[in-house]
Amino acid sequence: MAISTPGSSAARRGYEPWDDPNATPILKIAALSKSFGPVVAVDRVDLNIFKGEFFALLGPSGCGKTTLLRMLAGFDRPDSGSIMLDGADMTAVPPYRRPVNMMFQSYALFPHMSVERNIAFGLKQEGLPAREIKARVAEALALVQLPDHGKRKPHQLSGGQRQRIALARSLVKRPKVLLLDEPLAALDRKLREETQFELINIQEKVGITFVIVTHDQDEAMTMASRIAVMDRGRIAQIATPGEIYEQPNSRYVADFIGKVNLFEGNLVGGETPLVRSAEAGCDIVLADAPGLRAGQRLWVAVRPEKFEISREPPPPGSTNCLSGVVWDIGYLGDVSTYRIKLDTGKMVVAAEANRVRRTERTITWEDRVYLRWTPRAAVALLN
Amino acid sequence: MNNLSPLSELTERWLRPAVERVPRGLAIGIPYAWLLIFFLAPFAIVLKISFAEPQLAMPPYTSIFEFLNEAGDYFSVELNLGNYLLLIEDDLYWRAYLNSLKIAAISTALALLLGFPMAYAMARAPERWRGPLVMMMILPFWTSFLIRVYAWIGILKGEGLLNGFLQWLGLIDQPLAILNTDIAVYIGIVYSYLPFMVLPLYATLEKMDESLLEAAADLGCRPFKALWKITVPLARPGIIAGSCLVFIPVVGEVVIPDLLGGSETLMIGRTLWSEFFTNRDWPVASAVAIVLLLLLVVPIALFQRHLLVRAEATR
Repeated sequence: MAISTPGSSAARRGYEPWDDPNATPILKIAALSKSFGPVVAVDRVDLNIFKGEFFALLGPSGCGKTTLLRMLAGFDRPDSGSIMLDGADMTAVPPYRRPVNMMFQSYALFPHMSVERNIAFGLKQEGLPAREIKARVAEALALVQLPDHGKRKPHQLSGGQRQRIALARSLVKRPKVLLLDEPLAALDRKLREETQFELINIQEKVGITFVIVTHDQDEAMTMASRIAVMDRGRIAQIATPGEIYEQPNSRYVADFIGKVNLFEGNLVGGETPLVRSAEAGCDIVLADAPGLRAGQRLWVAVRPEKFEISREPPPPGSTNCLSGVVWDIGYLGDVSTYRIKLDTGKMVVAAEANRVRRTERTITWEDRVYLRWTPRAAVALLN
Repeated sequence: MNNLSPLSELTERWLRPAVERVPRGLAIGIPYAWLLIFFLAPFAIVLKISFAEPQLAMPPYTSIFEFLNEAGDYFSVELNLGNYLLLIEDDLYWRAYLNSLKIAAISTALALLLGFPMAYAMARAPERWRGPLVMMMILPFWTSFLIRVYAWIGILKGEGLLNGFLQWLGLIDQPLAILNTDIAVYIGIVYSYLPFMVLPLYATLEKMDESLLEAAADLGCRPFKALWKITVPLARPGIIAGSCLVFIPVVGEVVIPDLLGGSETLMIGRTLWSEFFTNRDWPVASAVAIVLLLLLVVPIALFQRHLLVRAEATR
């Protein structure tokens, strides 16, 4: 796998046009809705996607992400709302006249055509001269590192090769936006992880805006510059992978991305924002609580790896400290997860990296343990 | 396996595999036996008769095998090629052959033109409609073929339904002479054989992945062009199967040209019929049948071979 420059993904380079008030998005979706009979698939979605972004639509199946993508491609007509692409209204434009291309989950390679003819198909529709078509097909095959596979038929390729050809075919027309519908879902786990990085590299190389639909949070976290988490047809949160993970705006998002422990409680007034939680069995100090009123109900979200697990009891009256008994241990090799039953009866999950060999592990079943975390490691959620 | 007794070794090594093989052998053997008894044997008889000479007797042809002495030591085979020569010399026969092929080719094309949109519409209909639509396609088979062709006489004749309707509309003053022309034959054939075209086409089109058409549209291809570039090539197995199912029986069709066609509608099936039953010249009729069979079997066998070679080349 050719890696162009180390760690050059858009987010890491500090490319953040979404924070720039003067930047104009290449794709502007406004109040887009679509229903199938009584089922509302997409519900008044607003979305701005910027040039060169690797944008992920993430959500469980049935959340409307695929319908949204299909409306961008032109396969489904929205009931209301608009899609603007590079300043032009695409809402009523048929798919064959949109400057976007789609990579299908099933790849949808034409089985009766060779790889070359599959890739050339889109260019032929533009009526390009044969010489240029040939050159661009060769270029596309080189991009996906299958330069010698042009004469083969799709059924003669492996799953991974078919996936690359589908990518080449959708990129060869140099669309303004490339739509990818679960592009890695059909690959096995190892290949999927390799391909994630390869997709990032290809996207960097061609500079095309990618919009990817996925239900796999790892995939979205690894590849995307920004993620839109969808829930029942609506967008729950749009943010960078880091923000989504560290600062989810709702219990739904916190729970969908990674594991999370939630403690319901009420805000106690005072200088330091303090949460009294019966579930946690202790008072919880928050780092900050902008715009919160005393007495407000909220949930404190703590990720499993933010806990510090210890067998030593803390001084009495400590805040941010849970006490319980180890119920279960999941050994995953790189990390161990502990299911701990608190004295309040609530079950929490804590994780710790296995920096030492397993045989030397000190915490075991039915140990009494104490979980602590710093105020900055937790997030307060209002819904 | 050395500690097995000879008897159990016999069962293990020979009897059990033999018994296990029986159902499979049976499954393959039954259709072969069927073809052997009901196709190959009559074919051999017809082939034999085609080399005989007609005679006024029972049966109405000479035997080509003869025992030359009483004891049956000598055995002679007398092949009469005159029947085949007649087929070449008399232009009635080859004109009938050519006309049959022409009528079959045109009706196959018409059935395809009519059947493809029907099959496509059926395959793209909502799933709960597809079963009833296929049922409607098969429904005519519940009535006798002969009765259905007879019904067309009532529709097409001078004072029939069609002319009555057209006159009622005021489109024509005089009834159109459709019955007893080639047009009536085409109408009858296309009507009768359409399901044989539609059903295999429907089977292939129904299996087709709809995302392929979306992919074509996505890549800039208009729907009509996508039909031509994607749907038709992928429906090729169905087109070939449907065309064979229409073309082959139509070449030998007897009933439709006899009931709907005129006296000048020359088709080989009719010629065959009249040789057998009017002229009672069984040897010539057999020769006509054998040539007809060769005419159809040889191109199909060659085509099959071509497909096989192609399939292996792409594997």
